[in-house]
Amino acid sequence: MTATLPEKGTDKVKRGLAEMLKGGVIMDVVSAEQAKIAEEAGACAVMSLERVPADIRAHGGVARMADPGRVAEIIDAVSIPVMAKSRIGHFVEAQVLEALGVDYIDESEVLSPVDSNHIAKRGFTVPFVCGAKDLGEALRRIGEGAAMIRTKGEPGTGDVVEAVRHMRKMNTQISWLTTLGPNELMNAAKELRAPYDLVVEVASSGELPVVNFAAGGIATPSDAALMMQLGCDGVFVGSGIFKSGNPEVRARAIVEATTFYQDAEKIGKVSRNLGEAMVGINIDALPPSEMMQNRGS
Amino acid sequence: MTVGVLALQGDFREHITMLRSLDVETTEVRTTGELDDVAALVIPGGESTTIGRLAAMYGLIDAIRERVVAGMPILGTCAGMIFLASSTGDRDQPQLRVLDAHVRRNAFGRQVDSFEAELEIKGFEEPMHAVFIRAPWIEKVGADVEVLASVTDDDGRSHPVFVRQGHILATSFHPELTTDARLHEMFVALVPGV
Repeated sequence: MTATLPEKGTDKVKRGLAEMLKGGVIMDVVSAEQAKIAEEAGACAVMSLERVPADIRAHGGVARMADPGRVAEIIDAVSIPVMAKSRIGHFVEAQVLEALGVDYIDESEVLSPVDSNHIAKRGFTVPFVCGAKDLGEALRRIGEGAAMIRTKGEPGTGDVVEAVRHMRKMNTQISWLTTLGPNELMNAAKELRAPYDLVVEVASSGELPVVNFAAGGIATPSDAALMMQLGCDGVFVGSGIFKSGNPEVRARAIVEATTFYQDAEKIGKVSRNLGEAMVGINIDALPPSEMMQNRGS
Repeated sequence: MTVGVLALQGDFREHITMLRSLDVETTEVRTTGELDDVAALVIPGGESTTIGRLAAMYGLIDAIRERVVAGMPILGTCAGMIFLASSTGDRDQPQLRVLDAHVRRNAFGRQVDSFEAELEIKGFEEPMHAVFIRAPWIEKVGADVEVLASVTDDDGRSHPVFVRQGHILATSFHPELTTDARLHEMFVALVPGV
């Protein structure tokens, strides 16, 4: 009655952790104290970073991986999985985060990219999540070894419009692929700029081969439920919680709305008296140069 | 008779797919009302603190415990095992405490230590391919608990990862992430009228 030949860092265990996060809320935290509040509110994981996206926007300058000391404090503070962000292409930040023992690395457009090449993620034992605006981008990241995908949305704005756009586009493109014959798939791969084998896989299964979460601009329980009804597997909330008036209560409400995403009565109930939502930035007011979603495609 | 899968958070869809592949009528359970309509329940993998807190918030802890004490078959995988257990090593979290076992969370380590392996299981002719993700193991079991599979750690100590206590089954690993339905078949066989 023993196990033989244990294998670590396989696609199955990397993608498997994302499967366990489904139906849950992953919350951005910048300190151990915030991480505990998130865990107490029912977060299924926390994302450790130096500053939440809204503050990165306000602060300007180069945004980097969080201080490893801070990440270690967060790991010690909670029992749920801890994720951390590395810059796009910064494989040494990723190596450092892996050595620290984080459970997932987000190679994230929220931080300042250092390379037009993304990290070669298959070389790591720790799994990666990456952002995508459409199916082609998702499949390129999966081709590099990402074990989980999230919409990019437009981080730090509190405006969910871009996350909706990215999710809808992904759904439309997946449906389109399933209508194609075998002789059309190479051309489709060319159009999507995506690895052919993954295009063939999605055309036959009708779904992404990995879990897909919503991220970017989610600020209210209704935003979270909207993304779930559009077919996301779960949600990331960045600035939406700790930049709001009452983080504890809002965090709990978003967790409940994500579980009961089809129950309008419950969503309404948990949405009452949450205090002030984060101050939003309208996407139309953002110049393209300040759009984080255009980083690393 | 219908088998319910607790659908508060986690990989409940994979359990539903597995049960439906066995032609078992299956439904998602999120409320005490939905619990009333099922003859058995699966607690999926996920985050045990998230599942526990939501279950406590919606009155499901007492309601499920009452049903299990009255004989309802229940299967818990990974987070589900933690949820069933009588105690965990670290902090206090909402649990059913119906399985007489002390469970250690994340016992194999963090995500980089997650693994898959061939696992020998008592009563199964062929080993099972088992996927362990930030998995717990069992440190101590009561007299009524039968150990059906164990894993030996790097120090040569053996830890139970699949146990049975009458109509309660619990695994550290995720049979629902594979295509091997034997463990679900074993569970379904405990459900009268399915």
